[in-house]
Amino acid sequence: MNTAYWNRDKETLKGDGLEILQSKRLKWTVRQAAEVPFYRDLFRSAGIAPADIQSVRDIEKIPFTTKKDLQQGYPFGFLAVPMKKVVRIHTTSGTTGKPTVVGYTRRDLDNWSELIARNLTMVGLTDDDIFQNAVNYGLFTGGLGFHYGAEKVGMTVIPSATGNTRRQIEMIDDFGVTALHCTPSYAMHIAGVAEKEGTTLPSLKTGMFGAEPWSDNMRKILEEKLGVTAYDSYGMSEMYGPGAAFECQERDGLHIWHDMYYVEIIDPDTGEVLGPGERGELVVTPLVKEAMPLLRYRTGDITMLMEDECPCGRGAKLARFSGRCDDMLVIRGINVFPSQIEHVLRSIPEVGDEFLVYVDRVNHLDEMTIDIELKREYFSGELSDLTRVQNKVVAALREALNLRTRVKLVEPESLPRYEGKAKRVVDRRGDTV
Amino acid sequence: MIAWDPNMEMMPEPELKKMQFKLLKTLVYRLYSFSNFYHERMDTHGVHPDDITSLEDLRRLPFMYKTDLRDGYPDKIFTADQEELVRYHVSSGTTGKPTVVGYTKHDLETWTESLARALTSCGLGRGDVVQVSYGYGLFTGGLGLHYGAERIGASVVPTSVGNTERQIELMQDLRVTAICCTPSYLMHIGEAAKKMGVSIKNDTHLRAAVLGAEPWSEQMRLRIEEEMGIKAYNIYGTSELSGPMFCECTEQNGIHMWSDICLVEILDPETDEPVKEGEKGEMVVTILQKEALPIIRYRTGDITSMDTSPCSCGRTHPRIARLSGRVDDMLIIRGINVFPSQVEHALLGIPAVSGHFMIEVGRIGALDTMLVRVELNPEAFSDKINDLIAIRSMVAHTLKNALNVSVDVEIAEPGSLPRFEGKAKRVIDRREY
Amino acid sequence: MDPSAYTIKQISVFSENKPGRLMAIAGALEEESINILAFSIAEANGFGVVRALVDKPDAAYKKLNAMGFMVSFTDVIAVRMRDQPGGLFEMAKLLSDAGINIEYSYAYSGRDAAVLILRVDQVENAVKAILFRGGNLMKSEDFMAIS
Repeated sequence: MNTAYWNRDKETLKGDGLEILQSKRLKWTVRQAAEVPFYRDLFRSAGIAPADIQSVRDIEKIPFTTKKDLQQGYPFGFLAVPMKKVVRIHTTSGTTGKPTVVGYTRRDLDNWSELIARNLTMVGLTDDDIFQNAVNYGLFTGGLGFHYGAEKVGMTVIPSATGNTRRQIEMIDDFGVTALHCTPSYAMHIAGVAEKEGTTLPSLKTGMFGAEPWSDNMRKILEEKLGVTAYDSYGMSEMYGPGAAFECQERDGLHIWHDMYYVEIIDPDTGEVLGPGERGELVVTPLVKEAMPLLRYRTGDITMLMEDECPCGRGAKLARFSGRCDDMLVIRGINVFPSQIEHVLRSIPEVGDEFLVYVDRVNHLDEMTIDIELKREYFSGELSDLTRVQNKVVAALREALNLRTRVKLVEPESLPRYEGKAKRVVDRRGDTV
Repeated sequence: MIAWDPNMEMMPEPELKKMQFKLLKTLVYRLYSFSNFYHERMDTHGVHPDDITSLEDLRRLPFMYKTDLRDGYPDKIFTADQEELVRYHVSSGTTGKPTVVGYTKHDLETWTESLARALTSCGLGRGDVVQVSYGYGLFTGGLGLHYGAERIGASVVPTSVGNTERQIELMQDLRVTAICCTPSYLMHIGEAAKKMGVSIKNDTHLRAAVLGAEPWSEQMRLRIEEEMGIKAYNIYGTSELSGPMFCECTEQNGIHMWSDICLVEILDPETDEPVKEGEKGEMVVTILQKEALPIIRYRTGDITSMDTSPCSCGRTHPRIARLSGRVDDMLIIRGINVFPSQVEHALLGIPAVSGHFMIEVGRIGALDTMLVRVELNPEAFSDKINDLIAIRSMVAHTLKNALNVSVDVEIAEPGSLPRFEGKAKRVIDRREY
Repeated sequence: MDPSAYTIKQISVFSENKPGRLMAIAGALEEESINILAFSIAEANGFGVVRALVDKPDAAYKKLNAMGFMVSFTDVIAVRMRDQPGGLFEMAKLLSDAGINIEYSYAYSGRDAAVLILRVDQVENAVKAILFRGGNLMKSEDFMAIS
């Protein structure tokens, strides 16, 4: 097996050595966090001082941080450094109107590229490879994150971003692309279109797929159709971006870089820390984040720490992810909260308060259809007015979610009414294709 | 900071010329030895590197045309090995195949340095928050300015294009001080902001805009500057030259063309003879430092004039005037180059429509609109409105994929569009600049 | 001349594009003994609008509304045409000469004449222009009397 490392010392650090490094970095992170008013208040109300955290064993003294907390800090409440030191800003979807802002110092960008470089090296890629990065660029962290990492390794980067599938296929063939990064569903779509175009994409050998959950069954299909070895990638903007955890060539769980992240798995209901082999919510404390330190951040993602050592020599792995502990949806790699949809619909006077979201997979791509009711007083009898409302809702949702959705007008009072907790999502996506 | 690289930017003209000659000589020898394309071109043109004995001898070298790049697709003209390439960008070609530009590490470095000088010359630097609202990905605008702004130590907000309301919100909330985008998109932002009750002048920290990728006028600059209370700078570059590279300084009196990077000629497009200084002609560019895709005497198709007198900012490099048109039928739609031949090529691939089409370009608010009217093929007619709508969406989708810009499509009756004998005039452009 | 004497109340009903909806609408009208004089369905993306001229528009409105349908009234006009080759041409020429833009239209061939139902953007002007050019525009009460 291929045993290439980008940073062998750090990647294989275990036991006491790892704990000493983690503790040292945790202390630094806690001091860094103390620059943030939110954390000063949190320490005070929890009755702790930064000096009380001497090692990772003390971490349970610190309360959790949630996505809601981050949102309330909008825009710069969580920055621990002055703006002059911030060289990049990304945003990620919030649960309602305002997004979550993530800042990066130059060192943060270096750390982020480093961890992507480790991932790419881990799956056997080198500066000889030609890498097509078919994920969104811009505010979404997937594009620029992998772009910088691949550039650090010295690969030839094709910043193809998403869309225009035929051109994506043309580039893979014409440029001899060897490695592809995208969401697993977009990879399925590419495979489907390539088949129709009559190409087997012979140059491709490595597929890196992430930003949405996918199964081992899907892996088999993707590997067969694209002729690649497929690797799972996990991450989120709060942890720099995608690629915070990544599969090695064993493809049995994801390595997370323990020198950069302290990992806990908790029972999402009680907050109790669980042991290896027990499934629960992933809680992460980044250990090297400078601009925006986070302590015990609740990711909402469900996984477990795996008990077995990995033959590749790197540290403990996370099992493949198996769901969310909240109602967040992942649509074509983009996170969507039903509360965001509600927020948008409430701002459009013609539309009633009830709605129902259907999620399907059509031609391997996620499709979100939202049923809405037109308010009676806005019915003019004219088809064109109805179409206008429909288009207006589609446009507003695209602006807010960064997603193209289908909007269906249904008859008044035909949607279910709820007392108590509303069930607004019908996810009809099967396990795989 | 006065200048990013004061020694270079303010080097006395004679020394610059000496340097240019040395660089040109090296370039020509290198290409004659290592590039089949240039070797053959020079041979058929009856010129040998030894013939280049002064800067003026540049005129003895053959031209390079956009069609050469298309014919060289994808990498026949490249003079760097695959391992040395670290990036590909792709832009529209005149038909079917796109134009591909490869970059070595050194090419990216030259590009980034050129932009670091350019952005510094418009008074930007560390402490500025720069919103990059050019498209990211294969288009050079986004990543180019991203790297440039990062180099000067600004905080970069990679918003890319679209979602205008969110752009305005972020501009306010993240205290953005400078924006890079097309001039029409900035006008659009201004209008959208007004609708949201936001005054760019009073409610944001914006103080500068770096505008390019499409022609704009002095009147437009005055309007933008007055309405938004900012300084608006004109930036120039095309992907064949690497991307946006050259910009006005705070004097706002012409675009500095870095002499150590390029050699500029202004020629009469009919006779290919140089015009007098200050007179308008086609700009022909030789990039002196480019490894992967060398460009000698490239016919840009852009019409401008040159001013070699020293600028009051102290920079000694010559300046070109605001572009005043094209020598060919290329259209620029929302910053994207579109050739009518591309539209034709795309439509010919769709059986449901005929090859008869018209392009109508206009402006709604500040944004360019492009309407393609195409005749339905009688066999494709269906009495179901949804079928006709589906054909229209399919044509729109195909054109969007081919052109990378959204177009409106109108399905016209068979036989209803004008027929041309001789040269077809398929474009009606109603925009005013 | 009172142009409003020539405007006819059309009921427009929003309906999802799925089986059984037209049956529900038609059944409701039968229950109320409402006679349908003219009728069409316009299709769009996932839904449609059922348009009908009925002898008792107010009763139809009330009934459908009570059943939960979205209903609205739209003013349309009706012109008689010769029920012979060239009848529609004459009418179309008249409308074209008068510069009247048709938003939508449907027609039926009745006992005495063919009738063209028109939805136009400016009803009053259209009524005046059609009458001025000698078009055989039907008064609302005459139209209702057909049944």
